[in-house]
Amino acid sequence: MIREKHDLVIIGGGPAGLAAAVAAKEAGCSDIVLVERDRILGGILNQCIHDGFGLHAFKEALSGPEYADRFIKKVRELQIPVMEKTIVLDLSKDKVLRVSREGEIKEIEAKAVVLAMGCRERTRGALSIPGHRPAGVYTAGTVQNLVNLENIMPGKHVVILGSGDIGLIMARRMTLEGAKVEAVFEVLPYSSGLQRNIRQCLDDYGIPLYLSMTVVDIYGPKGRVEGVTVAKVDEKRRPIAGTERFVPCDTLLLSVGLIPENELTREAEVAIDNITQGADVDDSCMTKIPGVFACGNVLHVHDLVDFVSMEAERAGRNAARYVAGELSEDGAEIAVRPGEGVRYVVPQRIKHGDNVSLAFRVTAPSRDKVIEVRDGDRVLKTRKETRLHPAEMVWVDMGKMDISGISSLEVRVR
Amino acid sequence: MIEKEFICVVCPNGCSIKTQYEEGNPPKLISAEGMRCPRGKTWIQQEIENPMRTFSTSVLVDGGDFLEASVRLTKPVPLAKVFDIMAEIKKIKLQAPLSIGDVVMKNPAGTETEVIVTRNVPLKAK
Repeated sequence: MIREKHDLVIIGGGPAGLAAAVAAKEAGCSDIVLVERDRILGGILNQCIHDGFGLHAFKEALSGPEYADRFIKKVRELQIPVMEKTIVLDLSKDKVLRVSREGEIKEIEAKAVVLAMGCRERTRGALSIPGHRPAGVYTAGTVQNLVNLENIMPGKHVVILGSGDIGLIMARRMTLEGAKVEAVFEVLPYSSGLQRNIRQCLDDYGIPLYLSMTVVDIYGPKGRVEGVTVAKVDEKRRPIAGTERFVPCDTLLLSVGLIPENELTREAEVAIDNITQGADVDDSCMTKIPGVFACGNVLHVHDLVDFVSMEAERAGRNAARYVAGELSEDGAEIAVRPGEGVRYVVPQRIKHGDNVSLAFRVTAPSRDKVIEVRDGDRVLKTRKETRLHPAEMVWVDMGKMDISGISSLEVRVR
Repeated sequence: MIEKEFICVVCPNGCSIKTQYEEGNPPKLISAEGMRCPRGKTWIQQEIENPMRTFSTSVLVDGGDFLEASVRLTKPVPLAKVFDIMAEIKKIKLQAPLSIGDVVMKNPAGTETEVIVTRNVPLKAK
């Protein structure tokens, strides 16, 4: 078998992988390989043709392919080698990868690896929706791919389960293409998508959003969806008997959440955070395996690609430092924990304190709260927020931190 | 006087703007609060007078490495004209090669916007 050696291998050519590659190269790492399984770079951005990308990073509202193109151009300018149509078959904990490229398998021995594989959508199976198993049940991302890249309209009468952003955006997209979106049903008492998407994707087109409701049955005895039964749910998300209603449709679109794609991560025995379903990392984005870094949606699911790029730059820069022997592995580290009102915090550990940025999500929507970062009873930072929502990630920049006098960090909402 | 809460769509912050306005032609904005930037102020004025939106879609391409080219509007258009513009865009068919930024239509349905390509579509390899 062919065996190659490289300083840094980046797995995934989407927004995270691209930004990590650019940052690593700019930080002085000269031997980088970017591995992408598709025939083109850009990842899921290629099918995200709606605009609104890059408002933070470029102060412009770009479409997904345009946003990706900015980074692809940089990758080309910096002459970073890219292996397209290449899939990583496995990754060992000593950083040896087996990759398959058009029938040829080779092994790559890496000094450092950046995991940037993105995430996957939850499917009908993950929800265990009973009923027939007809055609016409899709995840929102699959429909996005079909409509935006393959010129296929999967249906005319659509019901959407889940108010995730991709579902909301596809509600508008399918309406523009002539379909009738009957309604969006959300099991939670609040929407899980960005507020602006509720406004400009549903309200603008008169598509109703029903909260605390879910699909309890799928009807399609002839092989194609003919309708779904929806019902109200109680506070424990259990369907309430007697509230069922049949909604005729030929397509059910699921937008019920994303899960980091960590098959390779698990294989490499990288420790995973139970809540984020992504790797447990320190403030350099390094996992518990030295030299293995993670960023983007494989680390935790982001709502804005701008933040993915930002985090990936951190991972790429630190991977370059690791390769150069400049990122110390010794020394103490402190734990970062989610406190009251906070679901998770990334990174889970702080070791270097060079430029600490904490990303977290709240557990429920609220108004007029204070975010507090504490070490025991000592408050290190507070910030007022007029509105907090689980769909919107919050970032707190702690800047340079001397962790020697700190025992642990807790982020809470008060 | 009408009191209404609007969700700003200018950027992903999605600020919730509490407004008071008088109906009329044009409606008169009395107060607005909750936006985190000045763009929200301009937006809310427009939102009560004549809501403006942008959108994206795709157009079929002949001879390209991809079946479709994604396109978007460069400037917001009246929400009421979205479907008219869609109908005009759906009539065109493009020829590869295409580059990001190529203008494929100007002033659809009498609006002051351009339709630009947002995906590079190289010629199909033979």
